[in-house]
Amino acid sequence: MYKEICAKYAPTKDNLIYILHEIQDTHPQHYISQEAVTAISEYLKLPENHIYGVLTFYSMYSTTPRGKNIIRLCESPPCYIKGSENILRKLKTILGTGVGETTKDGKFTLELCACLGVCGNAPVMMINDDVYGDLSEEKVEDIIEKLRGRS
Amino acid sequence: MKYYRSHVLVGINETSVAAGVQSFVRALRAELSKAGLSEEINLLETGPLGFFGKGICLTVYPENVNYENLKEEHIPELVQEHFLKGRPVASLMLESAGKFSPKLNYSKRIVLRNSGIIDPESIDDYIGTGGYEAWEKALTQMEPKQIIEEVKNSGLRGRGGAGFPAGVKWSFTAPLQAEQKYVVVNADEGEPGTFKDRLIMEGDPHQLLEGIMICARAIGATKSYIYIRGEYKLCIHRLQKAIDDCRNYGIIGTNIFESGFDLDIEIKIGAGAYVCGEETALIESLEGNRGHPRWKPPFPGVKGLWQAPTVVNNVETLANVPFIISKGADEYKKYGTPECTGTKVYTILGDVAYPGLCEVDMGTTLRTIINDYAGGMKKGFKFKAALVGGAAGMILSERLLDVKMDLASLNQYSAVLGSGAILVMNEHQSIVDMLWSILRFFRHESCGKCSPCKTGTQQLYRLITKLKKGDGTMDDVELMLTIADTMQQTSFCALGQSPIMAIRSAIDNFRDEFIAITQK
Repeated sequence: MYKEICAKYAPTKDNLIYILHEIQDTHPQHYISQEAVTAISEYLKLPENHIYGVLTFYSMYSTTPRGKNIIRLCESPPCYIKGSENILRKLKTILGTGVGETTKDGKFTLELCACLGVCGNAPVMMINDDVYGDLSEEKVEDIIEKLRGRS
Repeated sequence: MKYYRSHVLVGINETSVAAGVQSFVRALRAELSKAGLSEEINLLETGPLGFFGKGICLTVYPENVNYENLKEEHIPELVQEHFLKGRPVASLMLESAGKFSPKLNYSKRIVLRNSGIIDPESIDDYIGTGGYEAWEKALTQMEPKQIIEEVKNSGLRGRGGAGFPAGVKWSFTAPLQAEQKYVVVNADEGEPGTFKDRLIMEGDPHQLLEGIMICARAIGATKSYIYIRGEYKLCIHRLQKAIDDCRNYGIIGTNIFESGFDLDIEIKIGAGAYVCGEETALIESLEGNRGHPRWKPPFPGVKGLWQAPTVVNNVETLANVPFIISKGADEYKKYGTPECTGTKVYTILGDVAYPGLCEVDMGTTLRTIINDYAGGMKKGFKFKAALVGGAAGMILSERLLDVKMDLASLNQYSAVLGSGAILVMNEHQSIVDMLWSILRFFRHESCGKCSPCKTGTQQLYRLITKLKKGDGTMDDVELMLTIADTMQQTSFCALGQSPIMAIRSAIDNFRDEFIAITQK
C-alpha cells in the first residue's frame, strides 16, 4: 500500500511532504507508521532518520495511531482571549481524554494547534477538514454528539 | 451577455462554509426558481464580501443592502419580501443590527478591489475588470528593467512583516545569470490573528497570479511555487482553478503571447510550522527538509531554492503589483504616506462591534480603523489595549491610538506594523494573561535550531507562568526583559528576535499591572 502511494510521486526529496500527507490521510488511523517510514526511505533513497526528522518537525503529522475524527482546537492568543481554555475543559470532559489522546472507542483524538486563520470566529476548532467557529460549551457538546451519532 | 434585474452576492469563505453556506445557496436557488425569479436575479458565489458579518452574508445590488447571519429558515421571507416585492428585510440587515454601516471603501482599495464583487472562480470576471492587462503590458511592452524601476518608484514594501522594498529585492536577483530562477510566494500565513492573505486569495486569486507573473518576468524566473498552509482548503481549491484556467487561456505556459517567455506556477502545501513563514525556512520546507532557517548571507535572492536565485514575496505584496504596472507608480503613490506608500489590509478582532477586515491607506490611525471600520468597541466594553501584528507584534495602549500606522511612524515608537492583525482587548482582560498566551505560542513554535531561541522561549514561558500564578517578583519581570533582549541579539532568525517586542511593549505600557500581580 505504501509503495503504491509513493509511486504516484517522482522519487525526489521535495515530494516527501506530499507522500507523508497522502499516507497519513489514507491510513484509517491517520498516522505514519514505522513500516511507512521504511517504505518511503527505500523509495526516496533517503535515510530513515531524515524522514523521521521531517515527520516529527511538522505539527500536522503523527507518529502514533489516532482516532477517526481529529479535533484540533486553536490555542493561539485570539482564541485564548475568547475562552478557548473553557472549550478545552469541556472537550476533555465530554470525551474523557486528555490532549494528544484518543477516546477508547477510537472515534476522537483531541489535539491543540496554532492559529487556523479563522480568528473572526474565535474560538475555533477544526475537526478533520471542517472548521467550527464561535464555539460555546453547548455548541461543542452538540457538534460532538452529532459526530458520535454519525460514526 | 445576460442582464439581470438584481445581483445577489453570497460570500463563500472559510467562515461561511463553517456556517453551512453551501446548503443555504442550494435552498436559495430552489426558492428563487419556485418564485420564478431565476431569470431575473443573478445569484453569484463570491469571495469574502466587503464587510465581515457573522455566518452567512449576502450583498444585494443595485440597492447595496447587506444581510448577515442568515439561516435557511429566512429564505422564504427574503425571497418574498425583498426579491419579489423589493422591500429589504430590515430585521436581517447588517445595518440594523448595531446601527452601524461599515465603510466599504471600494474607491480606496487596491488588493481587495474585486473581492466580494466578482466571482473568484471565473477568469472571465477577472479579465472583465481589466485583469491581465498589466501582465500583457509587462510582457509585451516593458523590459524587465523598466518593471523593476516602476516597482521601485512605487515605494512598495513587503507586506509580510519586515517591510523590505520589493523592487530593491527584485533588483538583486534580476541581473544574475542562472539556468533557473524562482518566484516563491509566501502564503504560509501563521501569525496569530492574521488572515488577510486568506481573504485576498479567496476573494481574488487571479490578482495574486498576475503579480507572480509580473515578478517572474522582471527577474527572469520561469517557475513559481505558492507555498500555502494545508488548512486553507478553499484558497487551494480556488488558486488551483485559477492556475488551470490561466493555462487553458495561454496566460501562462510556454511562449506566452508569442513573447518567447515561459512560466509555470505550482501550489505547494505546507504541513504546519510557524517558522516556515521565515523565507529560508520556507525554502528548506519546499525542498523536503525540516523547516530550519538558513544562514544569511547568501540571501535567497542569490542562492535560494535548490541554490538557484529565488525571490520570496508575501501574498499581499504581489497582489499590489498588477495595479502598479497598469496604473503606474505615480498613481500608486497617491495612496498612503510619502515614506510608506500604498494600502494595507488589516484584520480587526477581539472586542470590537464588528470584527472584520479592511483595506485602508498606509498611515491610517488605529483609532480610525477601530471606529470607522469595526464599529468601535463592542457595547459595554472599554478599550484597553490592542495587540498589533500578531504574536510577533506589540501590545499598544490607548496612548498610541493616534499614531499613524505605517512603517516609518511606528518605528519612532520602536513598534512594527507586522502582519496586519489587530486584536482589541477590553478593560477586563489581563495583559499578563495575554503575554502568557503569546509566550506559550513562541515556546511551541521555536524550531530548536539555535540555543538562544530554544532555551529562551522555554525560560520566558516559565517566568510568565510564575507571574500569572501570582508567584513572581519584579526581578522576574526584569529577567524576562534581559532574556528576550539577549534572544533578539543572538537568535538565528526573526522568530527568536521577536518575543522582545510583545514583552517590552507590555511592560512599558502596562507596568502597573505587572507591579500589581507581583504584590499579590
